[in-house]
Amino acid sequence: SNVTRLAAQQQLTQDDLLAFDSTGDLTILHVTDIHAQLKPIYFRPPSENIGVGMFEGVPPHLVGEAFLQHFGLTPGSALAHAHTMVDYVNLAKAYGRMGGLDRIATVVNAVRAERGDGNVLLLDGGDTWQGSYTSLQTKGQDMVDAMALLKPDAMVGHWEFTYGEDRVLELIDALQYPFLSANVFDTTWDEPVFDAAMMREVAGHKVAVIGQSMPYTPIANPRWMIPNWSFGIRPEVIAAQVEKARADGAEVVILLSHNGFDVDQKLARDVPDIDVILTGHTHDAIPRAIEIGKTLLLASGSHGKFVGRVDLDIRDGKVTAHQSKTIPIFADVIAPDPAMAAKIDEIRAPYEDELNRVIGQADDLLYRRGNFNGTWDDVICQGMIEERDAQLSFSPGFRWGATLLPGQDITIDDLHNQTSMTYPSVYRLEFSGLQIKEIMEDVCDNLFNKDPYFQQGGDMVRVGGMAYTCAPKETMGNRISDMTMTATGEPIDMDRSYVVAGWASVNENVEGPAIWDVMESYITRKQTVTASGSDIVKVVGI
Amino acid sequence: VAAIGLPVGLANATPEDTMAKIKEFAGDKEPQTGGKLTLNTPEIAENGNSVPVGVSVESAMEGDDMVEEIMILAEGNPNPDVVTFKFSELSGEAIAETRMRLAKTQDVVAVARMTNGDIHMAKAPVKVTIGGCGG
Amino acid sequence: MASKPRVKLPKSASAGEIITIKTLISHEMESGQRKDKNGEVIPRQIINKFTVTFNDKTVFEADIEPAISSNPYFEFAVKVPESGTFKFTWVDDDGSVYETEEAIEVA
Ligand SMILES: [Mn+2]
Ligand SMILES: [Mn+2]
Repeated sequence: SNVTRLAAQQQLTQDDLLAFDSTGDLTILHVTDIHAQLKPIYFRPPSENIGVGMFEGVPPHLVGEAFLQHFGLTPGSALAHAHTMVDYVNLAKAYGRMGGLDRIATVVNAVRAERGDGNVLLLDGGDTWQGSYTSLQTKGQDMVDAMALLKPDAMVGHWEFTYGEDRVLELIDALQYPFLSANVFDTTWDEPVFDAAMMREVAGHKVAVIGQSMPYTPIANPRWMIPNWSFGIRPEVIAAQVEKARADGAEVVILLSHNGFDVDQKLARDVPDIDVILTGHTHDAIPRAIEIGKTLLLASGSHGKFVGRVDLDIRDGKVTAHQSKTIPIFADVIAPDPAMAAKIDEIRAPYEDELNRVIGQADDLLYRRGNFNGTWDDVICQGMIEERDAQLSFSPGFRWGATLLPGQDITIDDLHNQTSMTYPSVYRLEFSGLQIKEIMEDVCDNLFNKDPYFQQGGDMVRVGGMAYTCAPKETMGNRISDMTMTATGEPIDMDRSYVVAGWASVNENVEGPAIWDVMESYITRKQTVTASGSDIVKVVGI
Repeated sequence: VAAIGLPVGLANATPEDTMAKIKEFAGDKEPQTGGKLTLNTPEIAENGNSVPVGVSVESAMEGDDMVEEIMILAEGNPNPDVVTFKFSELSGEAIAETRMRLAKTQDVVAVARMTNGDIHMAKAPVKVTIGGCGG
Repeated sequence: MASKPRVKLPKSASAGEIITIKTLISHEMESGQRKDKNGEVIPRQIINKFTVTFNDKTVFEADIEPAISSNPYFEFAVKVPESGTFKFTWVDDDGSVYETEEAIEVA
């Protein structure tokens, strides 16, 4: 690994990262899915991201070497490390952590200085207020206060809604910028709840920004927390907003979207008059925008790893040229912005001892993102089985949650980065084998339905104590087979019932201890934590 | 499913039941599916107890280019009938929206009958899912 | 049992204008296919008919089946030829009839 350390130390500078051959006079900056990560983190990209139908083998369904080749990235380079898991541990040690809101502030300020304040739009793609210890303690207030320093121009949401309607409205009132959602209507009279769009004068051009919150929030997250709000993709509503924006003189129409990358790629075809779609939710990142028809789509990753930048050259009311890039936020290379750094320290100060309290050590690389499992989720699944005396366990396929390198201490801060949310109870229930299969098939179709409008939620549910085979290209109800108890090697009996522990159920009044208490007890007991079952899912037919 | 007011046990309607009801509604006219009738349903239902469904037909709503009735059917429910809307010259536009119960993932069907007897049909799949996987 | 129906429509319109009306009535809409705790079928009781008239002329109707959700919601369009009164009527299986009306001004 000396070679890689050497390569890394080619004196990667802040200027290298900020280098951008700008065009035109208007710049859009995009951050998304920060998940309340104020401090720099490690975040291993997935080693598996299966696409089906027309999405097979195209971004974001390219990982590792295939991703490097597709985008022409040099193996071992900073960009190769930011975007892929190739040689992850060595390169992570070489290049260091990524993200940190104070580093992001430096980049945003630098671009504003370069282009002129009135010529830059900063848009927040949502999943900002949830995902850390301090965001849970302050119910999102910490992120609202920190993001205020960045002065975004608008935001949309998804996990924000898990604080409940009242808290969301309370925080939105405190924002100095609009919370946009064209796709949220009240369940009584079917009328819009939020502003759908806004028009801004940027670099002397009329720019419309339409907002889209995560369309399946009441399905992926507890509906009882937002009983009066209905979501949906609603392409006809977006089309009407685009038309209205053009009628109002918009030279550029931007969709700030939390739809997910595949949904937005289909939407770009269904509603072809959008100039730029800034896409979030699926945590994908690409080095530069892809084009569908005239629409530019830029996916800017997650956890603060990137700031997306799109420059537009506009003549006679039309976009005539563009440049785009996701700027990788290498924390050891980019100087922290002093004001933001101070704000972060102020936010964390009251909780510093608890945040840094060490409860164990990671023996393996602990990460979450992956179609079928992640090593952090293996630990959570095993922890629930042991601590709750269950036979099997379910852990939802969330895509948020930072990575820990082998040998790294596990702190309360780290544990909450995997578990911080407002419905943390660990249930202990009995399910029949058939019910377990139905749940797995239901979630599996949310990932591998050929029509992205029928996809929703995160990666596949993680199952502890069980191995199985999955055929992603099959149809609903026919993808899961050979379900086997790993402890005994016996097949799962459809008629027999099994004790299952799981967390983050979307049902109301779920009884059980909070996931972080269960996992603190497990990790403290184990001291060094290894991830056992990453080979328990056999994928066939692709 | 019991929780949403529709029983689990009853054998859900097979498409034949639905076809029979369409036949009865359409008389001897062959339903056209050219898109004159638009059926608007969510791809995935947020709540199987209350799934929004909207129908609209492009028509002058006068003379023989007028919509008489639009019937909505849920193929996968125990009883596929949902609602029949009846329009008049004073409707101005043949547009209606309501909320229905769906027992499971299924196709929703809408059939419109014009004053000249023409029949238009539209079908849309709606997924009713367990949910709860965050993302 | 149902209670206070609610409707939403503009107070005024220009002659011949097409407006959208939204209506809601709170009602259980017991489908007759549910069973109570001890396995007895809970008898069906729904709103089975919704009618809208304008100056006593029928404008819009809905023949309703048990698959319509509780608290039935209907949204539809109507053309407003002159000033007048819309009457909304919901008929319950048990024979009860719920009504409300709204006037509209044509300037
Ligand atoms: Mn996210
Ligand atoms: Mn999201």
